[in-house]
Amino acid sequence: MSMVREGLLYSKEHEWVRLEGDVAFVGITHFAQEQLGDVVYAELPEKGAAVRQHSSMGVVESVKAASDLYAPVSGEILERNIKVIEKPELVNLDPYGDGWMVRVRPTDRGELGVLLSAAAYREHIGESPGTGGD
Amino acid sequence: MRRSPESGARTAEPALEPLLVELARAGRGGGHVPDADASAVIPARFRRTVPLALPELVEQQVVRHFTHLAQLNYSVDTGFYPLGSCTMKYNPKVNDRAAALAGFADLHPLQPEADTQGALRLIWELERLLAGITGMAEISLQPAAGAHAEFTSLLMFKAFHAGRGEGARRRRIIVPNSAHGTNSSSAALCGYVVTTVPSDPRGNVDLAALRAALGDDVAGMMLTNPNTLGLFEEHLEAVMAAVHGCGGLMYGDGANMNALLGIARPGDLGFDVLHLNLHKTFSTPHGAGGPGAGPVCATPALAPYLPVPRVIRSEEGRFRLDSQRPQSVGRVRAGHGNFGVLVRAYTYIRQLGEEGLRATGEDAVLAANYLLSRLRPTFDVAFDRPCMHELVLTLAAQKSAGASALDVAKALIDEGFHPPTVYFPLSVPEAMMIEPTETEPKETLDAFADALLRIAALVRTDPAAVRAAPLSAPLARLDEVRAARNPALTWERASS
Amino acid sequence: MLAAVGVRTVDELLEVIPPHARRPSLDAPAGLSELEVAAEVVALASQDRPAGNGPFFLGAGSYRRYIPAAVPALAARSEFLTAYTPYQPEVSQGTLQAIWEYQSLIAELLAMEVANSSLYDGSTAVAEAAMLAARVTGRSRVVVSASVHPEHRAVLATYAKGPDLDVVEVADEAALLLAAPGAACLITQNPAFRGDIVDLRALAEAAHAAGALAIASVDPIACAVLEPPGACGVDVAIGDGQGLGIPLSFGGPSVGIMAVRADLVRQLPGRIVGATRDARGVRGFVNTLQTREQHIRREKATSNICTNEAVYAIHAAVYLSLLGPRGLAAVAARSALTAHRAAARLASIPGCAVTNAGPFLWEFTLRLPRAAAAVRDAVLAFGIVAGHPLTGDDPNELLVACTELTTDADIDALADALTRVLA
Repeated sequence: MSMVREGLLYSKEHEWVRLEGDVAFVGITHFAQEQLGDVVYAELPEKGAAVRQHSSMGVVESVKAASDLYAPVSGEILERNIKVIEKPELVNLDPYGDGWMVRVRPTDRGELGVLLSAAAYREHIGESPGTGGD
Repeated sequence: MRRSPESGARTAEPALEPLLVELARAGRGGGHVPDADASAVIPARFRRTVPLALPELVEQQVVRHFTHLAQLNYSVDTGFYPLGSCTMKYNPKVNDRAAALAGFADLHPLQPEADTQGALRLIWELERLLAGITGMAEISLQPAAGAHAEFTSLLMFKAFHAGRGEGARRRRIIVPNSAHGTNSSSAALCGYVVTTVPSDPRGNVDLAALRAALGDDVAGMMLTNPNTLGLFEEHLEAVMAAVHGCGGLMYGDGANMNALLGIARPGDLGFDVLHLNLHKTFSTPHGAGGPGAGPVCATPALAPYLPVPRVIRSEEGRFRLDSQRPQSVGRVRAGHGNFGVLVRAYTYIRQLGEEGLRATGEDAVLAANYLLSRLRPTFDVAFDRPCMHELVLTLAAQKSAGASALDVAKALIDEGFHPPTVYFPLSVPEAMMIEPTETEPKETLDAFADALLRIAALVRTDPAAVRAAPLSAPLARLDEVRAARNPALTWERASS
Repeated sequence: MLAAVGVRTVDELLEVIPPHARRPSLDAPAGLSELEVAAEVVALASQDRPAGNGPFFLGAGSYRRYIPAAVPALAARSEFLTAYTPYQPEVSQGTLQAIWEYQSLIAELLAMEVANSSLYDGSTAVAEAAMLAARVTGRSRVVVSASVHPEHRAVLATYAKGPDLDVVEVADEAALLLAAPGAACLITQNPAFRGDIVDLRALAEAAHAAGALAIASVDPIACAVLEPPGACGVDVAIGDGQGLGIPLSFGGPSVGIMAVRADLVRQLPGRIVGATRDARGVRGFVNTLQTREQHIRREKATSNICTNEAVYAIHAAVYLSLLGPRGLAAVAARSALTAHRAAARLASIPGCAVTNAGPFLWEFTLRLPRAAAAVRDAVLAFGIVAGHPLTGDDPNELLVACTELTTDADIDALADALTRVLA
């Protein structure tokens, strides 16, 4: 699996965003899940919650680390991925697919401008191979 | 270490030792107390209606079960336990005997003072002894552990600043990046915002970064000295001056006090409040995780804020409890703290005396530096200068060669040793933190160093063998991911 | 060793220490041999009067109970006593399985779903429970009944200054239920400090109706005969486990109990052991859900606790295994039956009356015609510890406790002494 998917937007905190019409799918990147190790628990915001860009909206945990999940865009949570809550290993197995975390309706599409392209994110993790988030 | 299946119990899955519930049979047990039925005196609406499904066993089964379990443990009494930052020194047996004396063990915390003069006196005397050892003025023995003492001390900071009208302004606590996790967590529990400062290239607090972080909104700084790298802070006086200069207080985390016994006193070094871990420095057994005791030691300026009650001595030499301390933060634990731990520490200090205490610090420092001299040619040292009571290696090179600090730790189990602390401090990659303590003879230190060197050689030739360790322990490596993903925290859940 | 290190004296390793502070005098006396120090502590201990020296009716949160011989023989084995926290599970299965069984036994006894591996004691458990409730509800008002041990309330008040909780103390259970709206939690104790049996169902109903958590500090042995907190809808059950085979030891160490509903497990403070398997498929145990804890989550941890009371949790596990359900119920019942005989006998002394408003279990409040503290001291001259003088509004009240060790002869002796003192 390639570390960084083309066609997605990325945050510096290692979340990805995939736009489908006026809805955004959000997850954590392959790089982030690799840094974190086996994911054992995900706490995701409930449907209807309002999240703010760059603010913590949940937590992803491995055995020995807890990482805040930051909202890459402000908006309203339309759905959280119950499958990830029930089977957190999906985040490791398929971070860009079945391991997605929430669906958000962005309130300000202008915010997308601060997110990184795949190329820029690739450069970001090349430069700062730190931990996946917090 | 061995296994037991002669109990005949069928276990739900392969196991070292059956569970109590797997050993139990209905109707077994009894004989410890006469049977009785309370229904005559408990109104029906309050009586237990849900079943009480505790396991039913005869005493012999219980004895074998817990004996088998004990045999699965590694302990200080089994062998060398160089767990960095935990001071796993030998625990003299006379201390346990002292704590078990009827006058101490069979004493109720609310008995009248006339009946508890010996216990109160022991508390008072232990406070005096610790004051001499630390150079601090007054001490409370109430906190039950180091983290409890940190919380108590930060409440004292809060009260001190509030008393000067600066409570609302001083909202930040400075914590070095090498600190124990409890420091940040205790500060947060106290409502403080934590500012972390980095280390400099010699393992000290980065002085420039500290000065930049200071301001009149700082309540104080929490400093472990020697720090968790086993290094004495080279700019200690400058750190003190900077923090005090902005009106902040200095908190000493005494987790590493073993290095300083008889060598330097935190009170003389400028700390305002200090905690001790009696279960580390003063040889009280760690009890598989507890109990401990965390005395809080204060300068005269901070002493009025210590928890109540305090033990005081009258002119006639009688001891009594005093709660009339209006500036006190209050009570932090019921009773008189972990008294049984206090008795052990008192006995230990009295047996060592002035010279023994001094030898303790010296021998602890010498043992760590000796291990350092044996390991330095082969392993990378996090910060290469003389250490105090513990040393921190960085196993990044071994990791690149195919075996991580965790793998090397597990391989030490096969060599017959308890592994050192690994992955702490967090600021050191692949950290391995070794604290030999003063109670191990040179032969043990050599055997341990030889084992580590053998493992290092194996990492170069066959890292997969190191990754496979341990092979000789009761269990192979455990699946922590499984435990966290599907928590089975009681037998109810394990069987479902 | 010095030569290997490359120094002539240890002092050369200590030059980093500020010269003015190096090599202080410690003001400590000279050292002693084991024989001498043993004699010294015996001399100190002999200045105390052990609880077992005569009839003993003092309880108030700490109880002199029968400790089966096998409890210390097993739980204080040095493989448990001199081990550290089980950081290396492969060589710590003894500790880990014993603590996991403690969690299981406590959960069963309290009818709760999950228990942690211990807190310091009952008083700090009250404070931890209140902070848990504040986190869960996002509210800061903590309402606590006067039925909770006064020292535990004092500890709660101290802790509250940290996270800035607003602690409201109410005089009785009725006031507690009425104070629920807007509260993070309601906290009570069963049996109450004055000995009364408390209705935990009413507590849970009132708390839940207001979106607050119901917290009950319970005596674990009482749970063998009283409806346990989990069966009453309590969210967080806490208590002090001293009665479970742990000596009085002047109030510590004991073991702080905390158990919760399953959905609160990630808010639990302290260590938790979970079952798993090793690489060969053999059952084993590890510390788990550690991301709640200070060494990982630091300032976001559920608590700062790390060192706990593990070896006393193991004492409790051995005690409960030895006694089993029948033995434990017998301990509770014998204590209660004896207390009711004592209450009847003492209330028959002229000027004395039992003042508990409702049913009590093994401890009761005796109103004396004179100040209780003075009467207690006068009875002490007969070699009898009569109880705990209450410091509330009525200075004449004495809290009297019985356990399975209390005999009818003890009751006779106390009744006779009181009669003479009050005559």
